[in-house]
Amino acid sequence: MAKQKKNVDRRGFLRGAATGAALGAAGLIAKPTIALAQQAAQKPEAAAALAEVSSSTRCGADFMVDVIKSLGIEYCAANPGTSFRGLHESVINYGANKDPEFLTCLHEESSVALAHGYAKIEGKPMMIMAHGTVGLQHASMAIYNAYADRVPVYIILGNLLDINYRRGSADWYHSVQDAAAMVRDYTKWDDTPVSLSHFAESAVRAYNISMTPPYEPIVIVADGALQEEPITEKNLRIPKLVMSAPPQGDTGAVMEAAKLLVAAENPVIVAGRCARTAKGIDLMVELAELLQCRVQDQRLRMNFPSAHPLYATPLGDPITATVRDADVVLGLEAQEMWTITHTMTGLNTFGMESRSVMKPGAKIISISAIELNHKSNYQDFGRYDEADLSITGDAEATLPALIEAVKKVLTADRRTALQARGAKIAEAHRKARQSNLESAAVGFDASPISTARLAAEIWNQVKHEDWSLVSNDRYTSYWSTRLFDFKKPYHYIGAQGAAGIGYGAPAAVGAALANRKHGRLTVNINSDGDLNYAPGVLWTAAHHRIPLLNIIHNNRAYHQERMYIQMVAAKQNRGVDRADIGTSFTDPFINYATMAKAYGMYSEGPISDPNELGPALKRSIERVKAGEPALIDVLTQPR
Amino acid sequence: MKILLLLLACFALAAFAQTKAGDTANGQRLFEKDGCYQCHGHVGQGGVAGARLAQTRLTLTAFTAYVRHPASGGMPPFRAKVLTDQELADIYAYIKTFPEPKPVKDIPLLNQ
Repeated sequence: MAKQKKNVDRRGFLRGAATGAALGAAGLIAKPTIALAQQAAQKPEAAAALAEVSSSTRCGADFMVDVIKSLGIEYCAANPGTSFRGLHESVINYGANKDPEFLTCLHEESSVALAHGYAKIEGKPMMIMAHGTVGLQHASMAIYNAYADRVPVYIILGNLLDINYRRGSADWYHSVQDAAAMVRDYTKWDDTPVSLSHFAESAVRAYNISMTPPYEPIVIVADGALQEEPITEKNLRIPKLVMSAPPQGDTGAVMEAAKLLVAAENPVIVAGRCARTAKGIDLMVELAELLQCRVQDQRLRMNFPSAHPLYATPLGDPITATVRDADVVLGLEAQEMWTITHTMTGLNTFGMESRSVMKPGAKIISISAIELNHKSNYQDFGRYDEADLSITGDAEATLPALIEAVKKVLTADRRTALQARGAKIAEAHRKARQSNLESAAVGFDASPISTARLAAEIWNQVKHEDWSLVSNDRYTSYWSTRLFDFKKPYHYIGAQGAAGIGYGAPAAVGAALANRKHGRLTVNINSDGDLNYAPGVLWTAAHHRIPLLNIIHNNRAYHQERMYIQMVAAKQNRGVDRADIGTSFTDPFINYATMAKAYGMYSEGPISDPNELGPALKRSIERVKAGEPALIDVLTQPR
Repeated sequence: MKILLLLLACFALAAFAQTKAGDTANGQRLFEKDGCYQCHGHVGQGGVAGARLAQTRLTLTAFTAYVRHPASGGMPPFRAKVLTDQELADIYAYIKTFPEPKPVKDIPLLNQ
């Protein structure tokens, strides 16, 4: 049979073919139609005609793109998948691949972690797309990280609810009754719209929910048929996006907190995920300076300038030293207040025996919005903190009221007394900085390269740039915190959230993408174990010309786990020399510079001579400043 | 009971008295093989996971006592079954060979 060329509206054709068909799941889909594969199998001539049809009307995915554009979403990260192919095509063609622009990812975990890093710099979510089944399964760990880190991610899942649209076994494998169920325990909200108007309303609502503190990921399931079928709904409209004001703590409780803080002899502020914006840092400084009290930073956000005399450098975990002498501890979106105020005994480091480190009568005040989003299954909330005054509300949003309350309570005499306290803290800060430098000098010329030397060399190269460090610095013994001058909101973005490894490399790419339009020099000290989860994100950085300096902290092991295995072996009185088994990767040696080259990225190393590090950094930074990513593989000390 | 404790103490002292001067080469081997470096660094510089060992002021007796009964924190106790007193003496001798760091004022990268 000869092919017949017809410029037929494909969706119109399908509509005609389906006339009168009443399918079981019709109520879930905007317009019941008959499955392409099913029809083709029954009528060969119809299959030939189907191959020639084209569409001249707008499809549902086009409208979805309109909705997404209305939210101001700049990027859409995805590994391609059939269940959202309609949306993919509309993003790149109907939407002109701009706002959102498609970012090609080689793993769904990379898509989400990339969005995680982006949001912490940009202050708003990136969209990711994934299959509702296999893609989401890949993405789930990264979603949990974002959830535990209180970061918004806008997740759209593809799915085929109507069995008549499932053409073969892959479509069946990739279909699910309730796609969002798998991640409902660690997302804030989800919906499965059954019409385009439903999609529009839920998409706008989801953005609002995601961006109301506590920020969290959300999920919208975009049905495959709804994406690809023509728009038939009348009077479609996109609801207005209105952002909710963040929740603020109760005024009376805030005044009570102010009285406790002003009356305290030695109050300490513990900052977790407090500062969401540049204003948040300013407010933190204002409060600390009013109270002349120490600020203990958990390094989960850029909360407080590291060179400020009231700043307490984190040197260990849990950070109990600073709170030991406090009579009032104020937690601002602090993570696990209990861990901060308690210690495990020496006999039992596995958690069954503990004691408070607080002075008798010391008070704990907590201001946090996390109580607004507690869930049961996953235990990221930590132990019950037994605060004496617990204020539910976003800390940054509550700080202006707290500052005003402190000003009201603070008398002139008290202010003078607090200045004397502040002077003592400043002197302790100065001594701590000097002590840090003396510690950094130990092993400064060693090979493998010490993490202190690594940080000092990086600081030497970036200190006159508009820099942004986008990696967790705990794995390098907080040396960047101890040696750099952190003050701007993008100078630091914290860590994974749920301690899920594999976040570092993709989150850095996302953060660097957000920094690109501001011309900032993005630096990522990436643990080698982390990079090995999904190194394909190096290709994403190279492909999209995302300027990023990756420095591999190559300690050749999942080192935290190696230390744990060695600790358990010692406890069991056996085999302390076997902790490398299952934790290290030295044989064969992994060459990350070669790996980066394979993905099309400029690279240097492996470098083990500390004197070679500075020049390598200089050369690589020149490449990054020219607009491309680079990688330096550095053989380092373990921590 | 008191007699038993006295006997144990005597055995412990006797064992300690038999400890020879530390063998730095064997100490280096054990420092790496038994994973001391994991928390304390290959040159004893310390860090977030372990205390600095370079230029330790502890005596061998205090060092041994600490390894057997660490203060509360992340370090587990290492009993004689996994590290003998002689092996600890060797490790201690090796730790004492770690060179003095340069003064901070002589390191330009630490004077930025």
